[in-house]
Amino acid sequence: MRRIILAAVMVLAAHAATAFQIEEETLFPGTPNGRELSILSTTDTEIFRPLIDAFQQANPGVSLRYSVASSTEVYAAVHDDHAAYDLVISSAMDLQMKLANDGYALAHRSAQTGTLPAWARWRDQLYAVAQEPVVTILSRKGFAGLDLPHTRADLLSLMRDNPDRFRGRIGTYDPARSGAGYLFATQDARQSDTFWRLAEVMGTLDPRLYTGSADMIGDLQSGQLIVAYNVLGSYAAASLPPDGDAIILQPEDFTHILLRTALIPRDAPDPGLGGAFLDFLLSDQGQTLLDQVAGLPRINEAALAAEQNLRPIRLDPGLLVYVDPLKRQRFLREWAAAVVQP
Amino acid sequence: MKTLFNPAGSIRRRLLWLLLIGAAVLSGLLYLSVSTVARSAVETTQDSILGAATIAIAEQLRGADDGVEVDIPYTAFSMLGAVGEDRVFYRILVNGETVTGYDDLPLPDTTPAGLTPRYYSHPYQDMMVRIAAVERPVLVSSRSVAVQVLVAQTRTAQDAIVGQMANRAAALGLGFFGVAAVLAVVTARSVVQPVNSLAEAMGRRGPQDLRPVTRPVPQELTPLVAALNGFISRLSGALTRTETFIAEAAHHIRTPLATLRAQAELALRQTDDDATRATLRGVIRSVDDSARSASQLLEHAAVVYRSDQRADDRIDLAALARDIGQSFGPTADLRDLTLAVHTPDSPVWLTADRLLVETALRNLVDNAIKYSNPDGQVSIDVDQSATHASVRVSDRGRGLDGARRSHLTARFQRGGNVGDVVGTGLGLTIVQEVARAQNGSFTLSDRTGGGTCAELSLPL
Repeated sequence: MRRIILAAVMVLAAHAATAFQIEEETLFPGTPNGRELSILSTTDTEIFRPLIDAFQQANPGVSLRYSVASSTEVYAAVHDDHAAYDLVISSAMDLQMKLANDGYALAHRSAQTGTLPAWARWRDQLYAVAQEPVVTILSRKGFAGLDLPHTRADLLSLMRDNPDRFRGRIGTYDPARSGAGYLFATQDARQSDTFWRLAEVMGTLDPRLYTGSADMIGDLQSGQLIVAYNVLGSYAAASLPPDGDAIILQPEDFTHILLRTALIPRDAPDPGLGGAFLDFLLSDQGQTLLDQVAGLPRINEAALAAEQNLRPIRLDPGLLVYVDPLKRQRFLREWAAAVVQP
Repeated sequence: MKTLFNPAGSIRRRLLWLLLIGAAVLSGLLYLSVSTVARSAVETTQDSILGAATIAIAEQLRGADDGVEVDIPYTAFSMLGAVGEDRVFYRILVNGETVTGYDDLPLPDTTPAGLTPRYYSHPYQDMMVRIAAVERPVLVSSRSVAVQVLVAQTRTAQDAIVGQMANRAAALGLGFFGVAAVLAVVTARSVVQPVNSLAEAMGRRGPQDLRPVTRPVPQELTPLVAALNGFISRLSGALTRTETFIAEAAHHIRTPLATLRAQAELALRQTDDDATRATLRGVIRSVDDSARSASQLLEHAAVVYRSDQRADDRIDLAALARDIGQSFGPTADLRDLTLAVHTPDSPVWLTADRLLVETALRNLVDNAIKYSNPDGQVSIDVDQSATHASVRVSDRGRGLDGARRSHLTARFQRGGNVGDVVGTGLGLTIVQEVARAQNGSFTLSDRTGGGTCAELSLPL
């Protein structure tokens, strides 16, 4: 079997000769001395494995190097290190937008990219491959005897009224350490003032801060948390049994839709191959595999229109605002003042 | 103009070219002006959005204890994405020092004043960007600090819109040109129409129609028509004078000759001296010759004059031949000649000038009688084919003796074998003139067994 995994390495130390950190690198070998496609992604290898297999089946002989890093490391790899990747897939829309705006992405146009709706792409450079809701997960047991909340305001008043039940059992992203968490928090803040009130109330209840959705979901399942605020819906749906203790809440006031975006870096050694993989992700086969097997919902305008509370985070220059270092400093300072209370 | 248009070329074509060139120039100007206006409208709109974004940032600047607080509103950049997908750059400077943004974004040449943004285009990162800059003082610890805000945007969307509008302007220009071209064709035709209709009316006129042109014509043609009418009246006067001259000449020549002949005959009768009688006979013969010559010269002049005028009479060639035969009867008898006329029973109608045909026939018969030997025979035969009627005058005279017809029909030329017969050399010339004037033909040939056959053939 050619597509057998030869090497699955956990690279927790600094990647050789580069400043950015790779968490995991896997080589899916094709024929020796054949073309090699290298992808840098924030998505776990296991989630993408079915897509990689299908791509290699369609393109026999192509070796594929799949590297996983955090969204800030992915940004640094392209922006600062000009690392040699043919395709960069990240859930941090703001950082991807910054890369494209600052000229770090190559234009790519094909029949597949033409089928995307306007809100799911930017300038022939940045393309959304999946749309994922940002949800809140509740523990059924933890909420025993209380009305289940439907909106942030409901959750807020439940927390105010039952501080003892929620103390130390609320989990959320640490925006200072997680790119996705920062994006969620800033978009929440932009959308509604409720965010700051929620942050303040959470701050009084000794919240636990995380850097990944998986850890948060794990702690909720083990009973340490009863509320996980702002979790990627795709992870939640994949790891939670539908009739279990956990309830996935898409708040009715608004639920943001995160777009997982891909771009071909300016310094790509083989941009044609990167484009081929991007086209494969956007093709019907790729989208179906992402949706059905990988658990990352396909780009679907009708699904967004069907539910009024869904708000896709738009790919527009507004995303650049919170990437501004002064703005980021200021936001994190305010957030810390609200949540991290002495 | 001289080099551009052939002076003998068509007025319509010249007019059409000028109109089309004019329409093309106007269409080009239309395209240029529409696309220029569109470009400036789009630019102004885009500038306003860029300026609004810059002002939105500038208005959020606040003085704080440790310096200037910058809080870029989300909408400031978000609104820049409204028109298209253009790249956005910004730079914020406090006292000339970049505090955030792209520190290589080009500054304006002069410091902008007040909250009105300064707009300028500048290359940045290998692209042309449009930049809006404002400067605003901010109070920090009671000291005024100048803060400059620059927001820049690439112009891809604007260029796309302008391109689209230019395409529409081009389509508009082409459409305008198309309509103008159709109008040009119609105009050219309508302008040239009076000239064409005048030319057509003149062309339709018969040769004798010498009436002045009275139809209404455009002002520009009036001098031409006036000149033409003057010309016509002069021509008609000249023709009238010619006719009068011929008639009067005939009168003034024939009358004294007749008087002279009568007096010579009288003298002949009164004298017995043989020598005197011989002299008087010579005088009478010379008078006869002179009368015949004068008569033929005038006849020739009349034929030439009439052939330009060409009256269209309906004549019966058979009846005409019979009349001529009858009138030459006494002359033939005098020379003991048999004159036979053969015509079809039915009339042979043709459209021709009666006087001309009659003159031609008279000359032919006169020639035949003149050159026949005594006791000879002259016959006049009239025939009709599908398109032509012909009259053939044959004799058993001395024949042509090898002379060519073209020679015999030239003026004042006679055959080489006619020295003993008086003649002017105009008879066959007259016949030839008549044949030409009536679009007919005249042939002269030797007859087998001696003699000549002259045939005049005329269209029906």
